[in-house]
Amino acid sequence: MMKIEAIIQPSRFESVKDALLEIGVEGMTVTEVRGHGRQKGHTEVYRGREYTVDLLPKVKVEVVLPDVLVNRAVDAILKSAKTGKIGDGKIFLSRVEEAIRIRNEERGESAL
Amino acid sequence: MKRMGIAHCSVLALVLLAIPLRAQQSPGTTTSTIPSATAATPETPRTVNDRLKELDQKVTAAQYSADNAWMLVSAALVLMMTGPGLALFYGGLVRQKNVLAIMMQSFGLMALITVLWALVGYSLCFGGDGHFIGNFQMALLRGVGAAPNPDYAGTIPQSTFMVYQLMFAIITPALITGATAERMKFSSTVLFMTLWFLIVYAPMAHMVWGKGGFLNAAIGGRFPTLDFAGGTVVHITSGVSALICALYLGKRVGYPKQPMPPHNLVLSFIGACLLWVGWFGFNAGSALASNGLASSAFVATHFGAAAAALGWALAEWMKNGRPSALGAISGAVAGLVAITPAAGFVGPMPALAIGFIAGLFCFWMVTKFKAIFGYDDALDAFGVHGAGGTIGALLTGVFAQAVINPIFGDGRAVGGLDGHWGQVGNQVVGVLIAWVLAILGTIVILKVVDVTTGLRVSEEQEVEGLDITLHGEEGYNLEA
Repeated sequence: MMKIEAIIQPSRFESVKDALLEIGVEGMTVTEVRGHGRQKGHTEVYRGREYTVDLLPKVKVEVVLPDVLVNRAVDAILKSAKTGKIGDGKIFLSRVEEAIRIRNEERGESAL
Repeated sequence: MKRMGIAHCSVLALVLLAIPLRAQQSPGTTTSTIPSATAATPETPRTVNDRLKELDQKVTAAQYSADNAWMLVSAALVLMMTGPGLALFYGGLVRQKNVLAIMMQSFGLMALITVLWALVGYSLCFGGDGHFIGNFQMALLRGVGAAPNPDYAGTIPQSTFMVYQLMFAIITPALITGATAERMKFSSTVLFMTLWFLIVYAPMAHMVWGKGGFLNAAIGGRFPTLDFAGGTVVHITSGVSALICALYLGKRVGYPKQPMPPHNLVLSFIGACLLWVGWFGFNAGSALASNGLASSAFVATHFGAAAAALGWALAEWMKNGRPSALGAISGAVAGLVAITPAAGFVGPMPALAIGFIAGLFCFWMVTKFKAIFGYDDALDAFGVHGAGGTIGALLTGVFAQAVINPIFGDGRAVGGLDGHWGQVGNQVVGVLIAWVLAILGTIVILKVVDVTTGLRVSEEQEVEGLDITLHGEEGYNLEA
């Protein structure tokens, strides 16, 4: 089992969600986050005082998948999230030790 | 809390004892009664004279009734300026963790000043005919009822006049909270405001609006200062006091390095609009009647706000490359402040000029001037109200015209446009007195409060936020 953590542009989220559903991904956790990589922020001015805002709004999508789906999922995310500009985001993969369904305490890949 | 309560009461007692209790003055002029609209009609045939007399009474009653209706609405509008107008305007400008605290200060004053006004405030402002302060003739609102007080507003019940003036007394100290925002204790705010109301507001209100007042333009003051709705009484006193408070209290933790942008400009926007609309009660209501002067003041007020919003936005557009929402609403407020002393004395075109100038001037005060001197006037109470009030009061001397309001008597020149440039000198006197009274009074009061309750919250409280530490609440529990 692998966890895919994708930090994407908020405007690409609907596309990414649809793309993942299309390949059979059945669950995901979505968080609104702030952050930056190499993308510059912007400057806000209030009553003559300038504030640089470095932390930009992004969306984090987390899915835990059986190994067989991982490559397809990564491709789907890449295709739907990419705009080609700085600020598109990143995808991280990590191995997951165990998954348990709370309702019936099912374990392993069938819990996903 | 207990220590503060005892200190509060003893200071209040000392202040009250210090003001010499003047001897009861005999009521000067007779108070007229409001004529009844329903005259008893006997069944005997009436003469033409009787019918004319009855008609006369009905017409007067109708005018009285219109005046009272307008004035009651105006009083409500002015209260709305404080709650929720100012509360929202200031609330949106502070950080989220302090939103309730700043609103609580405005709301608390709505309650506190009301009680003080009822006990002694109205009397100190409008009682008697002293040059610098009123008396206790109308303490506990003795004699204040349905009968008009011909010295001030002969066509409305004195209760209406009293409650209308109360709303001014409420909003004036509330403005000061903009300078002390995010770091002043609530207990010290309560004590400070009580003393400030008695020591700074009451004398200034009496001097400008009270019978016999040193600066009263309508009732023969020594230096008649034209102040239609409170440019000096409300804005200069509060704005300058705000500056003193900001200097005395010191900067907020982290200021100016740490970014402290407004947490919710939507609230500020709504507040500013409520202020604009409410200001019609503030300025046009100061005509104290439903008449042409009220209309004139209404128009001047609106034009001043509009021109100033454009002025500030234009200044920003040129300086920063784009106009901001905060700039536009700040501009409008600055214009409303500046037109306040002028509203019932200037024509519509001068109102546009005054507004535009104020928009530019206050923009400069809030961006450049503040940056040069580095004081932390958190919400720009001085930059908008102190500065706007000052420039407005001075420009009133320039633009006032007898054709709008023949305040010095029929045919007598009023301001610069009439050729009476000496009026600008009178305005300077009024402005200076307001500044000096505000500065001296505030320094003394700050010292007193500092040694009794202490002024500032601790650094930990300030960092954690006043809502949680002073009031045990959070403004937004959005995950609940």
